[in-house]
Amino acid sequence: MKVLVAVKRVIDYNVKVRVKPDHSNVDLANVKMSINPFCEIAVEEAVRLKESGAASEVVVVSIGPKSVQDQIRAAMAMGADRGIWIETAETDLGALSIARLLAQVVRDEQPGLVLLGKQSIDSDNNQTGQMLAAMLDYPQATFASKLTVTGDEAEVTREIDGGLQTLALKLPAVVTTDLRLNEPRYIKLPDIMKAKRKPLAQTSPETLGVTPSAGLKLLSVEPPAERQGGVMVESVAALVDALKNQARVL
Amino acid sequence: MSYVHPYRDAEFVLRHLVDFDALCATAGLDEVNADLAVAILEEAAKLGSEVLAPLNRVGDQEGARMDAQGVEETPGFKEAYGQFAESGWLSLSAAEEVGGQNLPNALNTAVNEIWHSANMAFALCPMLSQGAMESIAHHADETLQALYLPRLATGEWTGTMNLTEPDAGSDLAAIKCKAIPDGDHYRISGQKIFITWGDHRMTENIVHLVLARLPDAPPGVKGISLFIVPKVLVEENGDLGAPNQVRCLSLEHKLGIHGSPTCVMEFDAAIGYLVGEPNKGLAYMFTMMNHARQAVGLQGLSISERAYQGALQYAQERLQGTRRDGSRVAIIEYPDVRRMLMTMKSATEAMRALAMVASAEVDRFRYASDPAEKASHFARLELFTPIVKGWLTEMSQELTSLGIQVYGGMGYVEETGAAQHYRDARILTIYEGTTGIQALDFIGRKTLSNNGEALQLLLDEMQSTAEALRSSGYPDASLVAALDQSLEHGVKARAWILEQAASDRDLAGSASFNFLMLFGYLCGGWLMAREALQARALSEAGEGDPSFLEAKMTTARFYCEHLLPRTQSYLAAVLAGSDSIMALTVDQF
Repeated sequence: MKVLVAVKRVIDYNVKVRVKPDHSNVDLANVKMSINPFCEIAVEEAVRLKESGAASEVVVVSIGPKSVQDQIRAAMAMGADRGIWIETAETDLGALSIARLLAQVVRDEQPGLVLLGKQSIDSDNNQTGQMLAAMLDYPQATFASKLTVTGDEAEVTREIDGGLQTLALKLPAVVTTDLRLNEPRYIKLPDIMKAKRKPLAQTSPETLGVTPSAGLKLLSVEPPAERQGGVMVESVAALVDALKNQARVL
Repeated sequence: MSYVHPYRDAEFVLRHLVDFDALCATAGLDEVNADLAVAILEEAAKLGSEVLAPLNRVGDQEGARMDAQGVEETPGFKEAYGQFAESGWLSLSAAEEVGGQNLPNALNTAVNEIWHSANMAFALCPMLSQGAMESIAHHADETLQALYLPRLATGEWTGTMNLTEPDAGSDLAAIKCKAIPDGDHYRISGQKIFITWGDHRMTENIVHLVLARLPDAPPGVKGISLFIVPKVLVEENGDLGAPNQVRCLSLEHKLGIHGSPTCVMEFDAAIGYLVGEPNKGLAYMFTMMNHARQAVGLQGLSISERAYQGALQYAQERLQGTRRDGSRVAIIEYPDVRRMLMTMKSATEAMRALAMVASAEVDRFRYASDPAEKASHFARLELFTPIVKGWLTEMSQELTSLGIQVYGGMGYVEETGAAQHYRDARILTIYEGTTGIQALDFIGRKTLSNNGEALQLLLDEMQSTAEALRSSGYPDASLVAALDQSLEHGVKARAWILEQAASDRDLAGSASFNFLMLFGYLCGGWLMAREALQARALSEAGEGDPSFLEAKMTTARFYCEHLLPRTQSYLAAVLAGSDSIMALTVDQF
């Protein structure tokens, strides 16, 4: 079985995010970028499926300018066999266009399983996996915290508000990963060297026959309000009053 | 206190000061370049920050212990070592034939900075394994290489260096340890002290490299041979056999690096194998000296960087004083705290520059094809080594001390971790040749013995940097003036030593420390000036991160205004000669 994993290049989770002075977007100039942590979990899961014999090949795909090759190489150093880079000038096309591009890759590659992070830590949309499954008319299981593949079936434990839900899916299917599915490995030095020699194919939206469309328009980005200094209140009653009437949280 | 790899500075130095891409191209390493180096550093930084750094304090508080089975390392170290070895980091610069990655020493040095910052006591173990690998690779025969190198490269076994004896410290000529021929091997007997990571349970075997004397050996340094003495004997097919007659007698109780077991080792007719030829042990040790001494110099950088990060974070968070509007002031706002942080930041960057440039000379020497070029890189490497070891480790004393000072009273109590860096750093000016030994090496073997030629070539190169600053119209006049001034101090000191040394036999020894420190600060200033030039060029070309480049130029200016002028007092002390140092009779003390 072939596993296709989509990875996104995002601002590193350790970086303090700054908004551009004109509020047009987050400032990404000269900022450390990394693989989206949920995508990293998806790569790790795919590599573990391969190591356990459940998968035969792991293909990793990313969309964006040339710099996304860094994240594809990192995924290949973790153990993915080959990469596909869909070159676009934009760093973020929006979930719908991404899902359309990925759907075409899935039609070409015919993987048994498509793994994605449940969301990316930059835009937190949580949409791509769901859209992709709908376009392909595949079964989907989001927020996976456990995944077992047996034959042409997958059993997925999902983290939902009320607890855990277990689903059985017929493959091919789309699964999106949650935080507790696994802990990604530390990449080994020899694997970084090997990843340089693994094949990385380049394609484009035109080749895939998809025209990305801007469904959303970003109007403005505001940083969260600066934290204000606290005040001491005299009594519990005053505290309750302040919470009710000043903070308006009660 | 956590650790974050200073990846921006490391990348800047690799790309713009070391010129890593050009180095790799000359070496014929097609697949290696700065982009790959950055990816490798990123993964090393993850392991360093997440696995090794959290164990740094554990190692300090729960150092290695001993029982009837030998030494047991700090809890958690064995698992961390397993992860470290499994990730292949020991093999970084080892040859491909033994399972290594054959990557340049400069990259190995940049990666090793991470391990030593994260956990210096732990990182000493792989550092010694790399040293052992190097001496076996250079001097042992093929059989010994095939038996020992691959498993040192995977980290399956670790290596040690057994040089010091109770009566043979800086004076290795006094070594008494014996080696008696016994068939195809030797029987080694004697005691060695201060053996770092001499015993532990992280691996099944430990490969000791031991200096000892053959029965017919000439006295002194020309009668010392080098032996491989494994903790557990290795069969011809590579299987582990019976335990060898080598054990740790006791552990030292030390000021710092508690996580690193410092062993008294006893060899009781232990089976050993001769490395290379008889009586050449010390010469073999000297071929490794550049590597080992630069590695300890690097530790001076690493521990200073870690101390700086702690101090910086504390200075940003610690609130003292209130503004008129009632808001509190973080201590980083106060000029004297700024002075301390800038001292730490600028000195650390200068030290990184020197450590990396010196480490690249190892590669440039190794890969040069033209004999004249090879010789010039070797001379430069030889010249840099005592400065890297001496100056970087001396600086680390001041910087880790400042690290405590920024914390104030909270630095003096152990819970913040600032005190650990200060205690850990204290060994650095002592082991692998004290500062005094480095200074003698620098003034004697590296300067007087070649009539100051190697030093003159370095000074010439510094002059051309100073000229480049002027001809490019570098805007910070104070930086340019300070470099000129200190260069003059360097020129004067060199000339005076060459002129006077012959007439006063105490002069070189008396002046050596001040002479070494003068050139340490000068090298730092020269390289910070080169970095500033590069930063300005990049910034004018609209490349790179403007904020980083601007900070680099300001940091270089601070270094030149505040630290570089120290060359003046070192010059004064050099010129004072030996008289007041040696004038008192021994009884007058």
